[in-house]
Amino acid sequence: MIREALDDAGLTIGDVDGVCYAGMATGLAEYLGVHPRFIDGTMVGGSSYQLHVEHAAAAITAGLCDVVVSVYASTPRSDRKRGQPQQFGPQPGPNPMFEWEMPYGLRLPMGAYALAASAHMARFGTTSEQLAQIAVSTRQWAGLNPWARYRDPITIDDVLASPMVSSPLHLLDCCLVTDGAGAFVMTSAERARDLARPPVYVLGAATCGDHQMISQMPDLTTTAGAISGPAAFAMAGVGPAEVDLLMGYDSFTITALLHLEDLGFCAKGDGGAFVADGRLGPGGSFPMNTNGGGLSYTHPGMYGMFLIAEAVRQLRGEAGDRQLDGPEIAVAHGSGGVLSTMGTLVFGTEATR
Amino acid sequence: MKLIEPSSTPLTEPFWDATRDHRLLVQWCLTCDQVVFYPRDVCPACLGGELEWRDAAGTATVAAVSVQHRAGPGRDDVDGPYAVALVDLPEGARLMTNIVGCDPDDVAVGQAVQVHWHPLSDGRNLPLFEPVIADR
Repeated sequence: MIREALDDAGLTIGDVDGVCYAGMATGLAEYLGVHPRFIDGTMVGGSSYQLHVEHAAAAITAGLCDVVVSVYASTPRSDRKRGQPQQFGPQPGPNPMFEWEMPYGLRLPMGAYALAASAHMARFGTTSEQLAQIAVSTRQWAGLNPWARYRDPITIDDVLASPMVSSPLHLLDCCLVTDGAGAFVMTSAERARDLARPPVYVLGAATCGDHQMISQMPDLTTTAGAISGPAAFAMAGVGPAEVDLLMGYDSFTITALLHLEDLGFCAKGDGGAFVADGRLGPGGSFPMNTNGGGLSYTHPGMYGMFLIAEAVRQLRGEAGDRQLDGPEIAVAHGSGGVLSTMGTLVFGTEATR
Repeated sequence: MKLIEPSSTPLTEPFWDATRDHRLLVQWCLTCDQVVFYPRDVCPACLGGELEWRDAAGTATVAAVSVQHRAGPGRDDVDGPYAVALVDLPEGARLMTNIVGCDPDDVAVGQAVQVHWHPLSDGRNLPLFEPVIADR
């Protein structure tokens, strides 16, 4: 995957002097034969790759390194077929989760998101039909992506008729379990100018986390994206109205709905009404997750890398049948843990840098 | 009902010991004069170390609920669907728990609940909650 990303950029492994990996990054560096001057082992779940971009941009700007790679690959679907299910949850050892959450049998991760959905429904009147519309619109996009795992159209009734997993979330409110991999290469704007492809620019980046366990989330209806989103927009000097594409982490339908509100695309509590007219889908007024999302394209466990890949493809005009009409600003907003750590990236093109 | 029995640490032993007597304790920060939950060595608001255990009333309000239709960690499908909830104590703490003593699909956000002690294998009790009598 790193080779493909470097080939795409017109760089070689010898150019790489920075490595990001959501785990023990030195192992990746050794495997690749890289002696990195910049190492980032940030691991916060699915939004780790948003944080890698943020940290790499800061490191390159500060002169710590010139070319950074980050990679993600995971095969949970194949593992499951081989009878090796991946565990989501705490590792053995002293951990408050074992005392204060595990005894209650909450299915993770979906149960945590179900609790957020429950609170959102009770407080704002959000309906299962409105959440289902997010899955329906996202599946429409997946139909245009030949790589998507599920491409056949679905209806709101299909979502509501799918098995209830953790109420109020149905099976089709939940992301897939697939194999998948991705990588990105980052360098300075100056160096990128002469490389193989038109560069995509990081205009803004910000992080905020506000809990680890769902029982400690300060407000189940507002994520830390309400902090990271405005901060990233402020750095970029753009606002929500100027965004041509939102790649919003959709581990579950409720996850995407919370991003729409917290990043300011609609008011808090209005997410259900905002999505209900199908505006998120192909031909709609607010395209979201044009690759088909975690809900229908792919979700190997930590999906944030794919948000970045699709934002870059769209801004370069390489998205095939699902290509938007000349997008200039794309947001890749990742969510890690159980709505725990949000990373917002604002990307632009030569025209908007 | 099969479940994962909670571990404990020296720090949290007072909490679990009190459950043997059906007492629900929460930590109180004497510096901030506010509740601390889950238990810690220091208050997460001020990092003060002067924390004391206080009895909670044992009542709560449902803040969020999700019925698990397939068994979660440690549970058995033969026990059927069950309600996992976050509940708010009047003392200010939020706990994860199960709501028992009613149809799990009938549990609603805003509902008043009270503690229901579920015996564990070592004499401790796990704090579950049930609808208050007037609501049943």
